[in-house]
Amino acid sequence: MKSAVIVFPGSNREGDVLRALKSAGSQAEKVWHAETELPKGTDLVVLPGGFSYGDYLRCGAIAGRATVMDAVRAHAARGGLVLGICNGFQILCESGLLPGILMRNANLKFICHRQFLRVERNDTAFTRAYSKGQAIDVCVAHGEGNYTADEETLKRLEGEGLVAFRYSDAQGHITADSNRNGSMNAIAGIYSDKLNVLGMMPHPENLIEDLVGGTDGRGLFESLVSSFPKAA
Amino acid sequence: MKARVTVTLKNGVLDPQGKAIEGALKSLGVEGIDGVRQGKVFDIELGTTDKAKAEAALKAACEKLLANTVIENYRVELT
Repeated sequence: MKSAVIVFPGSNREGDVLRALKSAGSQAEKVWHAETELPKGTDLVVLPGGFSYGDYLRCGAIAGRATVMDAVRAHAARGGLVLGICNGFQILCESGLLPGILMRNANLKFICHRQFLRVERNDTAFTRAYSKGQAIDVCVAHGEGNYTADEETLKRLEGEGLVAFRYSDAQGHITADSNRNGSMNAIAGIYSDKLNVLGMMPHPENLIEDLVGGTDGRGLFESLVSSFPKAA
Repeated sequence: MKARVTVTLKNGVLDPQGKAIEGALKSLGVEGIDGVRQGKVFDIELGTTDKAKAEAALKAACEKLLANTVIENYRVELT
């Protein structure tokens, strides 16, 4: 399996995500945002976290219109996998690959803490190593993660099972306390219609080593790698 | 030609920044303010004197980048 991690000016989590991909068994390389094509044979595109273009205008707005995003859109249209984490989720929303937008956290604070997520479904390329309803222990670090969409979009996301993760407590219960950024329906991550594009605010790539306090993030990368036959 | 583009949040979209500013004004003792909504202003220099072309360029700028029409409205004034 071959992954391409797109680097924008101001991305800062590309190293962590490369490490997570490689440790799960994927080949992975960085791709600069001004490229017009993805490396040949790319299976997965990752948009990492950070502060692309200093969050100028709106988070992800300028990166969402970068040259490489045309290639990412074409990859997604062919059914290729795309994962956006944190700023990457904001970029996916701004680029039109996912609906809705991430607004300023309802409490106006930058939040940075460990966070449980409930896995809403485990039949996608991103989540098959988890079980449905499992609460995974990862972390969040963002100021604009308050998922917002119009009523019709929200109804469609819920009706078609496109919510990937919700903020929950350790038992997987959705409580007001667990939804610290004020997201609609406690949404922490969503899929595209064809389930091949995932955007999520939390950072699974942070929790892949016992050394740093947890390994619940590994399942996401292992799921992705297990979706592809091993290279000979 | 010059233009001013104003981008504002649509009605009904929660504006926590506006709310915080509103609260700060209250705590400063500024009276008579019922609500604050924060927006953005772009002053734009245009390389054309053709009004129709300028309007088309500004519309494209707003739709493609300056506003996210999921949550924002925009207004263009040519000066």
